[in-house]
Amino acid sequence: MSEKPQPPQATGTPTITEADVRHVAKLARLELTDDQVHAYTGQLGAVLGYIDQLNEVDIEGVEPLAHPLDLVNVLRDDVSVPGSDRDVMLQNAPDRQGPFFKVPKVLGDGGGA
Amino acid sequence: MSVDLTQSTMIGLRDAVASKDISASELTRVYLDRIGELDAGDGGLQCFHEVHEERAMQRAADVDAGRVQGELAGVPIAVKDLFCTDYGTTTASSRMLAHHRSPFTATAVRRLEDAGAIVLGKTNMDEFAMGSSGETSAFGQAKNPWDRSRVPGGSSAGSAAAVAADLCAASLGSDTGGSIRQPAAFCGVVGLKPTYGRISRSGMVAFASSLDQCGPFTRTVADAALLTKLMSGVDPLDGTTAPIPPEDDFDDVEQAVPNLRIGVAKQYMLEGANEPAIQQATDDAIAFYRDAGAEIVEVDLPHTKYGIPVYYVVATAECSSNLARYDGVHFGHRTAEPVADIVELFSKSRAEGFGDEVKRRVMLGTYALSSGYHDQYYNRALAVRRLIKQDFDQAFAKCDAILCPTTTGPAFKFGDKRDDPLAMYLNDVYTVNANLAGIAGISLPAGTANVDGRALPVGVQLLGDAFAEAKLLRVARLYEKSHAFAAMRPTL
Repeated sequence: MSEKPQPPQATGTPTITEADVRHVAKLARLELTDDQVHAYTGQLGAVLGYIDQLNEVDIEGVEPLAHPLDLVNVLRDDVSVPGSDRDVMLQNAPDRQGPFFKVPKVLGDGGGA
Repeated sequence: MSVDLTQSTMIGLRDAVASKDISASELTRVYLDRIGELDAGDGGLQCFHEVHEERAMQRAADVDAGRVQGELAGVPIAVKDLFCTDYGTTTASSRMLAHHRSPFTATAVRRLEDAGAIVLGKTNMDEFAMGSSGETSAFGQAKNPWDRSRVPGGSSAGSAAAVAADLCAASLGSDTGGSIRQPAAFCGVVGLKPTYGRISRSGMVAFASSLDQCGPFTRTVADAALLTKLMSGVDPLDGTTAPIPPEDDFDDVEQAVPNLRIGVAKQYMLEGANEPAIQQATDDAIAFYRDAGAEIVEVDLPHTKYGIPVYYVVATAECSSNLARYDGVHFGHRTAEPVADIVELFSKSRAEGFGDEVKRRVMLGTYALSSGYHDQYYNRALAVRRLIKQDFDQAFAKCDAILCPTTTGPAFKFGDKRDDPLAMYLNDVYTVNANLAGIAGISLPAGTANVDGRALPVGVQLLGDAFAEAKLLRVARLYEKSHAFAAMRPTL
């Protein structure tokens, strides 16, 4: 019997490309160097190849399980309670102006506004 | 009055303070001196990222003056650096949070402090709890006290090693895929991952919110039971805490479990997967329970081998979402480079603040959730997750606890798996399924293996059904009574 975790094997699924990695990095808001793109392409490809073994499981009619507890709509009483102190919550802000978080311009070529 | 820390248990020390054999101030001083001697610097164990000496001594003085009381009065503990504290920094061992000062304290920590515990400091960990060796920490490397050339395990690296080295009486960690149980096994201490929802996650830096659970590292089962009881219960600040209070006799671990049935699954006894010392320890534990009168029941967990692939989809998907908050705007690192717009601010700040493994997981999770791949990866993984949970539901209808190894081998050397993410991930093969199913698990010391002339601890694991920790701890205590593992300590 050898069900020991196997190294990833080719499964016919297209492997992830450097272009895919650059696209995902953009979605994840991570600036990557060319070396990182190259390294991650190989490493993510290996992990995704390993994950592909889930394709052999019959999941027909199986309800996805997103969370181990069946709790729904956990509500508190609708009464106001004191909030956090603004200055305390702003104490870790990298930059601020008075009661505001300060950021560079939001509208721009890549701003997505 | 002096006390020999290397012979101690948490409850024993608590009782010594209560009976005034030693003052809380004296005890705290002994630990702080030991940390100063063994932990700091390049040659030190580096379990602690930050030691709160002044505050700890003040708390100890409060205990001695009767101003602080409770079931843990005077007990010095350590806390993994992902539990927010409104004193010191909370870094999750990431450059992203290097200078972060939390405005609040995590519920789990607050409950222990309310019971009189004294927090000595915050412990080193894999960055954002992503790792199995402590090697992804941005701030030094916690060592295994049994062999400093080896990893203590992870991600709760410093918390496990600190208990093993007697740098604290007990500690807190978090377990998302094995991050308490695996380092407990590597360091030769008790590590409990409670049921998901048992202990509030409020104030824990989030990694994967449907998997993360806080739990204790201790010398003994009774110590773990007491800490878990004190931390448990509904918290208005965490809507996923279950409305199931710990039973009144939760920490009474001496009670026998009537008609005990121990489950054994062939999926955890894979030929060739377990190193001989691990297989031997597991076989011996099964024989022990059989000799103690338990019925050994074969259980089938057919989806076990899919745990790792499911985990690395679910955990990374949740992490990519949770870590989106680190944007260089509200808190955490912001790039000092000039930026053209806010997207560049986000992207540069995150690139500078996150380490390599965190980026890799954010990337993987973002990919798995991205348009066109969501069904193929995320939804499929969640369906298999349900099958894994159903396996356990059926197994626990037939047994009180499942006995299996915690890891496939003892602690590995630094660097052995650092450059191979997949090999590192496979390290969690026996632990991730408990997180996916939301059940409880405990790793117990099961002796040592001789590796290259050094004694290294090995662990065995007991898995218990959701909200059945009281029973699980009693099953664990039965093993402890005959194995005296609290005396198993490294030479330092």
